[in-house]
Amino acid sequence: MTDTDPTGSADRSVPTDSLGNPITVPDSDDILVVSAADGSRWELVCGLEVHAELATRTKMFSGAPNRFGDEPNTNIDPVTLGLPGTLPVVNERAVELAATFGCAVGATVQRSVFSRKNYFYPDMPKDFQISQYDQPIVIDGTLELPSGHVVGIERAHLEEDTGKSTHVGGDGRIHGADHSLVDYNRAGVPLLEIVSRPHVRSAEQARAYVSELRSILVACGISDGKMEEGSMRVDANVSVRPEGSDEIRTRCEIKNVNSLRSLGRAIEYEATRQADLHASGDRVVQETRHWNEADGRTSTMRSKEEADDYRYFPEPDLVPIDLGAERVAAIAATLPLLPAARRARLAEVTGEARTAESVVVVVERGQDDQALAALAWTTHLASESEGGPHAGEPDVAGRFMAEVVEPLAIAVAPAPKPNAPSPDSSAPAESSADPSAASAASVARWVLTDEGLAAAREASDAAKARVLVHVTQNLGAEGGADLSPLRLAELVAMEVAGELTATQAKQVLAELVDDPAATAGSVATAKGFEAMDTGALEAQVDAIIAANPSEWEQFRTGDPKVRGKLTGFFVGQVMKATKGQADGKQVTALLQSKAT
Amino acid sequence: MSVRITRDDVAHVATLARLSLADDELDTFTAQLAAVLEHAEDVAALDLADVPPTSHPVPLVNVLRPDVPGPTLSPEDALAAAPQAEDGRFRVPTILGEAP
Amino acid sequence: MTGPSPSSPSSPSPAGTAREIARSVRSGERSAVDVLDGYVAAIEARETEIHAFNELTLDQARTVAADIDRRVAVGEDPGPLAGVPIALKDNLCTRGVVTTCSSKILEGWIPPYDATVVQRLVAAGSVAVGKTNLDEFAMGSSTENSAFGPTRNPHDTSRVPGGSSGGSAAAVAAGFAPVSLGSDTGGSIRQPAALCGVVGVKPTYGLVSRYGLIAFASSLDQIGPFATTVADAAVVLEAIAGHDPADATSIPQDAPSIVEHLDDGIAGLRVGVITELMGEGIHPDVAARVREAAEALAAAGAVVEEVSVPAVAYGLSAYYLIAPAEASSNLARFDGVRYGLRVDAATTNEMMVATRTAGFGAEVKRRIMLGTYALSAGYYDAFYGQAQKVRTLIARDFATAYERFDVLLSPTSPTTAFELGAIHDPLTMYLNDICTIPTNLAGDPAMSVPFGTGSDGLPIGVQVLAPTLGEVPMFRAAAVLEAAAPTEEVDR
Repeated sequence: MTDTDPTGSADRSVPTDSLGNPITVPDSDDILVVSAADGSRWELVCGLEVHAELATRTKMFSGAPNRFGDEPNTNIDPVTLGLPGTLPVVNERAVELAATFGCAVGATVQRSVFSRKNYFYPDMPKDFQISQYDQPIVIDGTLELPSGHVVGIERAHLEEDTGKSTHVGGDGRIHGADHSLVDYNRAGVPLLEIVSRPHVRSAEQARAYVSELRSILVACGISDGKMEEGSMRVDANVSVRPEGSDEIRTRCEIKNVNSLRSLGRAIEYEATRQADLHASGDRVVQETRHWNEADGRTSTMRSKEEADDYRYFPEPDLVPIDLGAERVAAIAATLPLLPAARRARLAEVTGEARTAESVVVVVERGQDDQALAALAWTTHLASESEGGPHAGEPDVAGRFMAEVVEPLAIAVAPAPKPNAPSPDSSAPAESSADPSAASAASVARWVLTDEGLAAAREASDAAKARVLVHVTQNLGAEGGADLSPLRLAELVAMEVAGELTATQAKQVLAELVDDPAATAGSVATAKGFEAMDTGALEAQVDAIIAANPSEWEQFRTGDPKVRGKLTGFFVGQVMKATKGQADGKQVTALLQSKAT
Repeated sequence: MSVRITRDDVAHVATLARLSLADDELDTFTAQLAAVLEHAEDVAALDLADVPPTSHPVPLVNVLRPDVPGPTLSPEDALAAAPQAEDGRFRVPTILGEAP
Repeated sequence: MTGPSPSSPSSPSPAGTAREIARSVRSGERSAVDVLDGYVAAIEARETEIHAFNELTLDQARTVAADIDRRVAVGEDPGPLAGVPIALKDNLCTRGVVTTCSSKILEGWIPPYDATVVQRLVAAGSVAVGKTNLDEFAMGSSTENSAFGPTRNPHDTSRVPGGSSGGSAAAVAAGFAPVSLGSDTGGSIRQPAALCGVVGVKPTYGLVSRYGLIAFASSLDQIGPFATTVADAAVVLEAIAGHDPADATSIPQDAPSIVEHLDDGIAGLRVGVITELMGEGIHPDVAARVREAAEALAAAGAVVEEVSVPAVAYGLSAYYLIAPAEASSNLARFDGVRYGLRVDAATTNEMMVATRTAGFGAEVKRRIMLGTYALSAGYYDAFYGQAQKVRTLIARDFATAYERFDVLLSPTSPTTAFELGAIHDPLTMYLNDICTIPTNLAGDPAMSVPFGTGSDGLPIGVQVLAPTLGEVPMFRAAAVLEAAAPTEEVDR
């Protein structure tokens, strides 16, 4: 065994990582610089350790269920409880998921060995944790943030989770509690610990890194990535150095960071704390610190100097894992399109920037396939309707029909998503032969064909804008993902054709999500939404102008800034008068034409 | 490698192993451990830089278990041997300090 | 009785060998209940004196035996060990039956599951009569380290039965059961077998599942049988061996067919007598018996020579770094939280310290300390890491020897059974295992076969060693030794 220490050791002349490689810190145009009390400036160097619970059915080393939220001590078997005589056996799925992650971040998936990390703690049934130490399964990957900044992944290794203690008495916190109660349901849940290189230079990058990592884990079915349920936990290794220097200074590990927001706050707090210590000539002690959300501060958990000596040694009850190049290649071949590529695709098809909020958000929520499918279908609808922007054009839409939608009608009982985390599918059953009833997931598979993407690309600019707005702002993450893109497309088509205003469309959309049987047309009819004909709308606009002569005069003669302000006023008045049925854009166009 | 285990080493090791030793026990253990370690110096002195470690006579690799749920213990069975239980959980005295 | 009784060593089995019992029970000639009654009588006569058992399960045994008789009556075959009483070392988990490892820390613990070997013995039709005494957590060579008092050697109750599986060896030697199971980490089956004058087998590491064996040193532990005959040992080994998916170190192949080759003879078999284990530290009586055994094998057609296996000299040192290191980790779980002893204290940490301090005996503490030290920061490479490399050397030296020889021969124990309380110094006690430890480190099989007595009238065992998965030639050689063993010692 080499002299390495994944938990970090202080005082090395040449700083190396847990695998003995020299530590490098990249430059960035986004570096957090904090000012110490004496005015000196210090820049952040940060690495992140993310523990992701793997989306397996059973535990890392036994067949006990891996399930969150059950009654205490129900998901346990003799192995989970570490009963004398029990032995661990590695969960094959967990290994595959770790390898999948390695492939997704372009890392090396290597021969790996489990070790025992020995320390006493009541929520750890064996009083040692089986983990990978000097031979982790994944090494040397990279992760590109939406901003383009690249964060190196030093390693990712498999290990088992611990149980959970509840503290009774006191105020429910560990200190001052009368006694504690231990539930081992979580003990043995497979974890992938993903260790970044210290390439995170700002709080924003830290958030973006975790967010991107989460997207990848979810997209690949590796983890459900729920920070709020603790299935994804983040520790930050924070150090600072004089602005512009290339030193590596003592770092502290910040634990108990339970949300992206606290992650940013904790890093900023800790960076400032350390900067003040350095500036006043004090020593930063290498230690683990606890983030207290309420106080907005970090505090000492235990110092590294007092830390347990973990006495790692190879786990004698397990044998090495070596998937081999062929099996790793096969796993790589099953990777879905990853968030970065999906952002590029969505941006390219919609004409937005890759870093545009709509693109980042839609991909982060995993609704980009839904959006693209909706666009493809609007193209088809447009070509069908008279006067549609693509009527009579080379038949992209027809090809979409023939190659995407029609086959869909006979292939409506699709295989589950390749990386669906659990067998108890929450996706709606797809038994109808009506393509419009097919789920986002099934259409999405088809729209990934070149023809499908071409059809999506052919959609009108108006349709693209409306689809992105709906998916980004109006659909939301919950429930919205189940809305068939074909039904969304019908709605957008009505909007683009002027049959619904944006406001009305939003209301119709809400109905579509709530009622799977509803269509945009039926909801619009039921709600009495009718497109105002241009004549009626013009009359309304004229009436509003007549009622507000001084505003109109300002509008007519004002510079663009004034005009912009007053546009809002007039549109608002027209909307009020028409009870929201007017199309804001049309009103704006009428105002502009009447002013000249 | 000539390492002479000291009384302090033994005390430190006892702390790591969650054992409490009386003073006379410390002395006895120090002498006994020293004797065993001295005997082990023949092994510590060997030059084995190029020798790989062995842990299994038949080199096995990829011993994996399908991700299929198996039987679980009932909470009653799980807690049957617990020195103290409360609320379906194992009860322990106050825990000082967070998990590492 | 505490004085020597060398003239009446093991009681003759009340009902013959395990093979005879199974044959007669399966054929309906004898009932399993009758067989059991014979052994119960033997237990009642001498158990108080011997203390082979921590727990007797005779009521359950009677129920099982009756069920076997019922199944035979309706034409079913209860299996190859039908109606055979068996004693289980008390570090094998038995569902519903107290399992203690002879430690206060596990006193009264009732496992909610059966060890794989226990399941297989049940499936083979055997009848478990009780849990046998051992050195606490199998750490020792005399069974004096039991929290529940020592076991005595049936051949001379002033002497130890050896250890750590002393209870299982004594139970067979005393006629309490025709066969038993023990576990062997550094000689814990073979050495007591030698001292008690019975057959004891340490199979190839990975041949028998360890699931449900309370671990001492995971990379060395292996379960194996005790029996009065080589054939009985083979039958039991066949019943418990074979791949188990619950043990990741289990070799993925079926149990070997040993019994059918037992009478194949050893014509041409190449036998090497290990030079390094015939010299210093070996009692002359023992060395003499080993030479006689070699001659007996030669007389039966084997080619016998001396062979040097130099690295065995490092065995003891490597073992006393590896085994305690693994034990220190394996025994961490006994912390008073989930099962076993708890000594109350104000905080969880203090409770753990108080519990472990009160619950573990001196030898267990000594090894936990030694192992913790060997693994602790700065010493891993020098101790545990180095010792794992020495295993490679030992395995290589054995492999070289096995290029020229099919089996090897050595003493099992350097001496015959010693007096209770005779050895105080831990290192001297450890030297008892000098002949048995190297095979555990190599992972190879070895067995002890009784071969006459010493000038003190106490049994001597000869060790037959074989390469990885070489159980068949090992048993063939053992069968020849059994037939050739000097008769003055055994009265069966």
